[in-house]
Amino acid sequence: MNELNLREFARWTWRQLTSMRTALLLLLLLALAAVPGSVVPQADVDALKASQWQEAHPKLTPIYERLGLFDVYASPWFAAIYLLLTISLVGCIIPRTKVYFKAMRARPPKAPRNLTRLPDHHTYTTSESPEEVLAQARKALGKRRFRLDLHDEEAGSGSVAAERGYLREAGNLVFHLSILVVMAGMAMGSLFGYQGGVIVTVGNGFSNNLTQYDDFVPGSLYRSEWMEPFAFDVDDFDIEWLYTGRGAGQARNFTSELTYTEEPGGAEKTYDLRVNHPLSIGKTDIFLIGHGYAPVITIKDGNGEVAYSGPTTFLPMDMNFTSFGVVKAPDAQPKSLALEGELYPTYEFNDGPYSSFGEAIDPLISMLVYAGDLGLDDGGSTSVYVLDKSELEPVMKEGSDHAPLRLDMRPGDEVELPDGLGTVSFDGIERWNKIQISQTPGKLVALGGVSLALLGLIGSLYIRPRRIWVRARRVDGATLVEIAGLDRSSGGDIADELASLTATLNPVDPAHPADSATATPKEQS
Amino acid sequence: MTDSQWEVLSNQGVTIAGVVYFLALLSHLIEWAGLRKVPHTEEVHTGKVALFGRLGLLLTMIAALAHFVALVGRGMAADPNRVPWGNMYEFVISSTFFVTLIYLVVYKKFKLSWMAPLVVGFVLSVLMVAVVWLHSPVAPLTEALLSPWLVIHVVSAVIATAAFSLGGILVILHLVKDRREKKGGPAPLYGYLARVPSTAVLDRLAYRMHAFAFPVWTFAVLITGPIWAHEAWSRYWNWDPKEVWAFITWVVYAAYLHARSTAGMRGRTASILAIIGLLTLWFNFIGINFFSTTSQHSYAEGAAVVEVIPVEQTVDPTA
Ligand code: HEM
Repeated sequence: MNELNLREFARWTWRQLTSMRTALLLLLLLALAAVPGSVVPQADVDALKASQWQEAHPKLTPIYERLGLFDVYASPWFAAIYLLLTISLVGCIIPRTKVYFKAMRARPPKAPRNLTRLPDHHTYTTSESPEEVLAQARKALGKRRFRLDLHDEEAGSGSVAAERGYLREAGNLVFHLSILVVMAGMAMGSLFGYQGGVIVTVGNGFSNNLTQYDDFVPGSLYRSEWMEPFAFDVDDFDIEWLYTGRGAGQARNFTSELTYTEEPGGAEKTYDLRVNHPLSIGKTDIFLIGHGYAPVITIKDGNGEVAYSGPTTFLPMDMNFTSFGVVKAPDAQPKSLALEGELYPTYEFNDGPYSSFGEAIDPLISMLVYAGDLGLDDGGSTSVYVLDKSELEPVMKEGSDHAPLRLDMRPGDEVELPDGLGTVSFDGIERWNKIQISQTPGKLVALGGVSLALLGLIGSLYIRPRRIWVRARRVDGATLVEIAGLDRSSGGDIADELASLTATLNPVDPAHPADSATATPKEQS
Repeated sequence: MTDSQWEVLSNQGVTIAGVVYFLALLSHLIEWAGLRKVPHTEEVHTGKVALFGRLGLLLTMIAALAHFVALVGRGMAADPNRVPWGNMYEFVISSTFFVTLIYLVVYKKFKLSWMAPLVVGFVLSVLMVAVVWLHSPVAPLTEALLSPWLVIHVVSAVIATAAFSLGGILVILHLVKDRREKKGGPAPLYGYLARVPSTAVLDRLAYRMHAFAFPVWTFAVLITGPIWAHEAWSRYWNWDPKEVWAFITWVVYAAYLHARSTAGMRGRTASILAIIGLLTLWFNFIGINFFSTTSQHSYAEGAAVVEVIPVEQTVDPTA
């Protein structure tokens, strides 16, 4: 390909890419590409669901992983579509902005030679001179905030050209430009922000550094120096249970009472952290997004040494806070010990154990006991909520070799394990709060962007650009006035405005009605 | 009045609205049966046919009033009192109310008498679906839903849904009428379709309806939704299935607006895009609640506890 062809080819490609049809196609493609992310669980949205799905579909998983289906909105093909759309958008905005600036300064275009050819027009004759008619027309159109231009044509004849609604195109340009602003805001968030979460037992505290987080997802350019040095304590957690009425069993007014300092040694402040009421410290936002129970469990080993003691986070599984948890005591002697089971905050039994209420009215934990190797020494990461049972043996009831030992304990209970393995006690129950901590730079940029987009959109959709022309000339000793108009918006219809203008210029004279034509809708389109 | 009395009132309101909508539909059907014998060039202002037309309109207004009472009752029955859009049933009875309301408000301006049987029929059928399949007793909102943003976010989503639905009826009519016009031959003088305005008028009306709905939808899903999500869940945009489909709807309607201003795509192509938009809208609203398990917008399950996201303990938090 020689140079000329190459240039032509490039120009052709650019024209194709920035054509309205391509934009439309890319928009539909974007919509289509967004679908799989709502069907396949997304690792970013719900990591647990995603990993469960992956376990359940071992054959599909590698293929899906290749295709980026667990992370659709960060996948290269999704990015390719919106990048192409962005290029198309820029290629569309730039030339149109140029055209717009020219058009903004231009005078309204001169009246076409034959106004009665336009679908919407009126004509009438009057005894006023053309100058008088045109002066009136200018006044009337000026009042309607039209931009005006006067043209003298041949002797005794002239026309007024009027146009308004220039801001529509401005609105349209602002709208499309704002999309770029929103994208910039979102990009800032995902590059320079982070999302982290931590579970804090009520009574305990948190200080903002990486090691204290349970999960931490930084933006690709995030630097941990940007973490703000605040710290907080969860002093208390209030919750109001509904005992009666329709919402019985629900809770509301979750409030986490925080004491915090913005920096080490700073003044102590308090804040009631509630759902929908985040606390902002500098650029960081702190949210209460969950809560649950942490039974305090102590395991003493065969030597009577305390091998584990403390509140253990149990994860709620249903509305009544039946919660699941794992306790691990790797250092217990003679054998490592572990417990796995449920907490029932208000224990009931009916064809099986369940919790009848979310509040800890009559709590009971029901745990199976395991002994052996917990598999914690291999390194790597293991979940605190998962017990690797490959090297563990269930502990059986005293004198049985097939009935596993189940500890059903209420607060204050202590149970001795068989074979001198040790004792387990359930000392009480505490609460935990799940706290989400994030920095989202660019969120105001994005918000400003969409707000601006909305304004532009309203301008683009509701401002109706239209042109009106009035021509007056002497014909056979009288003045023939022709009025015509054109609505250049996509939803408009200028007939009413023309009729009202005609009525202003030529107050109805039943003897000489204006001769008018209003387009049949078919012609108008 | 006690909460349960309010709820009874609300249920009665829906029942009465349903019955009156049915009577309104009946009146309009009688009207249109009569109009079939009159060429469309002739307008009918007197006589039995016109009477049934006016009766249908009056009944629609009465039904709308009962419908409104039902909404108020729903809100008053909740403790604390709240806006009546906390679950799918309430969302449907709210959006159908706005379908009727918007129709009545623009009835005169756009001369919509020909739309009457379709709008009333649509509202009646959707309302019946809501009563039969979606009805659920009044319940307090979950904590995350108690926010002034809920009011603004959902009311705008409801209004946009109503306007898009009306726009959908218009584009479907446009397609039907377009086929008839393309067939050629002399335009029929009699029949329902003959009295429906030309495709150009339908196209313009449909555009206006969508041009109203689109910014409202933008406000609902791209402004107030994210603000609320940021306060409740810490992320203003999370690609949650409900958000994904709201975005898809938005993009498809943007494509409709583009198609409509592109020569050669105005009309058929644009209409089809608008119908796809409407399908994605209603799928998002009903379908996602049933098919998706990961959505945090769990209207379907009634009251979920504040979501708990289990965390993994990792050795290196940055890994
Ligand atoms: C990022 C994706 C885009 C979105 C969401 C979007 C959205 C919209 C919307 C909602 C309108 C309707 C406003 C109206 O009817 O006046 C519109 C109009 C328009 N868009 Fe886009 N657009 C996008 C990209 C583009 C691109 C890439 C082009 C360039 C080819 C383009 C060209 C236009 C034009 C020329 C109009 C005006 C149509 C008219 O005069 O009615 N848009 N756009």
